Amino acid sequence: MSNKEDLALMAHLMRRAGFGANREELEALVAKGYDAVVDELVDPPADRHGGKAELLLRYHPGVLLPGGNPVMGQANWLYNMVSTDKPLEEKMALFWHHVFATGNSKLDNCDQMLTQIQMFRELGMGNYQELILELSRNPAMIYWLDNNENHRDAVNENWGRELLELFTMGVSNYTEVDVREASRAFTGWTITPKLPRQPYGRYPWRFEYREADHDFGEKTFLGQTGNFDGEDIIDIAVKHPATSRFICRHLYNFFVADEPQVPAWTIEPARDEEALDAMCNVFEESNYEIREVLRFMLKSDFFKEARFQKIKSPAEVVASTIKMVGAYEFPDPGLARICREPGYMGQDILDPPSVEGWHTGSEWINSGSLLARINFVADSVNKTDLPGMQSIISRMKAEGVTTPEELLEGCLDSMGFLALSDETREQLSTHANEGGNVDWSDDAAAGTRIAEMMALIGATTEYQFA
Amino acid sequence: MTSTKKDPVIVVLQLTGGNDYMNTVIPYSDPLYLENRPNVGYKMEDIIKVDDNLGFMPAMGPIKEMYDQGKVAVIHGIGYPDSPRSHFRSMDIWHTCEPDKVGTEGWAGRVARELDPNKENVLTAINFGHGLPRALAVPGVPVAAISDLGTYGLLTGISDQDQRAKALDLFSRMYSPTVGGSFVTDYLRSTGTEAMIGADIVKVAPERYSSNVEYPSSAIAQHLRDIAQVYMADLGTRVFYTQHASFDTHAGEYAAHPALWKDISEGVSAFFEDLKEHNTGENVIMYMFSEFGRRVRDNGSGTDHGAAGVAFAIGDGVKGGMYGEYPSREAKNLEQGDLVPNYDFRGAYTTIVEDWFGMDATPIVNGNFEKMGYLK
Repeated sequence: MSNKEDLALMAHLMRRAGFGANREELEALVAKGYDAVVDELVDPPADRHGGKAELLLRYHPGVLLPGGNPVMGQANWLYNMVSTDKPLEEKMALFWHHVFATGNSKLDNCDQMLTQIQMFRELGMGNYQELILELSRNPAMIYWLDNNENHRDAVNENWGRELLELFTMGVSNYTEVDVREASRAFTGWTITPKLPRQPYGRYPWRFEYREADHDFGEKTFLGQTGNFDGEDIIDIAVKHPATSRFICRHLYNFFVADEPQVPAWTIEPARDEEALDAMCNVFEESNYEIREVLRFMLKSDFFKEARFQKIKSPAEVVASTIKMVGAYEFPDPGLARICREPGYMGQDILDPPSVEGWHTGSEWINSGSLLARINFVADSVNKTDLPGMQSIISRMKAEGVTTPEELLEGCLDSMGFLALSDETREQLSTHANEGGNVDWSDDAAAGTRIAEMMALIGATTEYQFA
Repeated sequence: MTSTKKDPVIVVLQLTGGNDYMNTVIPYSDPLYLENRPNVGYKMEDIIKVDDNLGFMPAMGPIKEMYDQGKVAVIHGIGYPDSPRSHFRSMDIWHTCEPDKVGTEGWAGRVARELDPNKENVLTAINFGHGLPRALAVPGVPVAAISDLGTYGLLTGISDQDQRAKALDLFSRMYSPTVGGSFVTDYLRSTGTEAMIGADIVKVAPERYSSNVEYPSSAIAQHLRDIAQVYMADLGTRVFYTQHASFDTHAGEYAAHPALWKDISEGVSAFFEDLKEHNTGENVIMYMFSEFGRRVRDNGSGTDHGAAGVAFAIGDGVKGGMYGEYPSREAKNLEQGDLVPNYDFRGAYTTIVEDWFGMDATPIVNGNFEKMGYLK
């Protein structure tokens, strides 16, 4: 058996670079070695599968083209998070969804949202410039930020502005004139067919470049003048030094430790300037390969030491809890209900509140969302007949878990080698002691006892952190 | 009937996304209106005329009725200098009253802190909806967030009452304050404690409530119904907050914007009707705002981010009418194609803070700003 510190570190890696891993998976990963696991996460071997799409489609055909039913789109993605064999690829899709926040509330076409997420899976660990270029041609994004309304003789600045403010450099690195000029360069980048919903229904959109609607005039952008097209604007914006800092800070905030919210970035220094500089160097030297920054970051000491320094996002809470208890390994009918849970906790996946995405960190927490998180974990672990719970319970039985202290320790390890503060540990320990030793003469009762302890651990402040 | 004056209450309704001022309160007598709005402008006959110059957009019928009863104040040209035209930043400014730096405290949260400095009531301020708007966020000030009043509670899945009581008892001990905790942990602990207490108190609201008023099925109408229930249960809530979205009508505005205003108008109308049916509400005002107005000239199918906007105050405590001046639509008077704000939003807050709540507004809105006499 692996030593506990190695398991705890691996649990940390899998929480951050995926949606958690159960004990059996952790043992296997530790045997492989930390660096080798990171290399496989950033470069998944060819035999790895993503979410189990065939299984999902057989039982929920509605999730393939959810169209006007965004809940089925959420079910689709949640099942992918839970069933993927390429966890970092899926986590990166979620990362880009945070950054390039596109919402179905406006699209009213969830097929296009899923197409965008699939694009994030395919390109999300690749070259940043290629990703941004593909994003600017992504039909969901074009419609979301109105670039289909950006015409040669009627410029719509929405995409042009957000490209600079939210997707590359961040505020205060460009002028209103730059926004205007960037927008002009993207005129004619549109989607087709955009048929009226009635009576044609929803048509799949695709990118179309309309030369006649493109402004071929000279543009001055960030001090450079030329007959720029959107591709040139992206080239200039990506190479601006503010961009690597902006993207690496997003990566740090998402994977390492909570940063202040984006609007404060021009004012507040990074939590770890040294780490951020090192990430930026890797990003620039690799010519903007996301994969290389990820590899560097996940192997670094600053990452390994940042355990429980991030509040879990609602998607993480739900996906990791489901994985832990072993629910929805098969796409059961309840999937269409459970996929709404992140929304109750303040994160409607595929439907961020605005183009700025979600506020993260402690802003995930308010009395309503905290109640939803705690209740969800409690309700999940109470289903002791689920395979994940069965496996946790039988492992504890096999290990001879008997005393209240062993019960608490066994539950903490089963929940990802969770670390508790002294005060919390004492409270839980007192509570466990009131129940006396675990009585294995009645397996069902012992299981209920374990589930109750796990529910209470799930209700701690510590469990809110990843 | 008791003659005791009830404590003042505010309901803030945020129109998220940048509500199009010019297509909400329409300067219809100005030829520049239709000239600038060839694609999203309303036909003269569809506009609900308020006076010889201004009219409400077609979906605002129920608001117009309340306006005619003298219960709606329209605050023109509201905003602040140098609009960044970013949703994120602009909403932050409206929430924190800090246009030049990133603020950490919300104005409505500060009001709640003044109202209940000793944190005696965890329900002093409640947001109805998911998450917590920054306007209510002040470190150390408890704010409940209720997305659905009917299902609110902690560890509600434990059906054995004894076991649940024990679990809640443990929970309250685990979440009790500690010395030397980090900011985030302290925040989690206080939030958890408030959540538990608040959930316990608020569950009486639906039990005490009955009404003949039928609210529409829109999300905003349901939130307003929850607000009416909690208000009428007399739980001491003084600041209610909710929002409706998305007013970010860059495209398809001619269809989308009236649909949003239909939701708002019908929901708000049902809310005040409900209060009236229960002979209450004289101590409630509603304040509606958006983070910015939109560009004067339309972009072919919608409007882009602009600057000056419009705010509304509604209720028995409001002196109805038009306040301030509609900014000029003439090209020479626009800034980057946008209406220039002529009234600082912090003045509208000052009016509420001082004339409604009777507090010193300066530390709440970060300075001294001209009031507008829209309250009785």
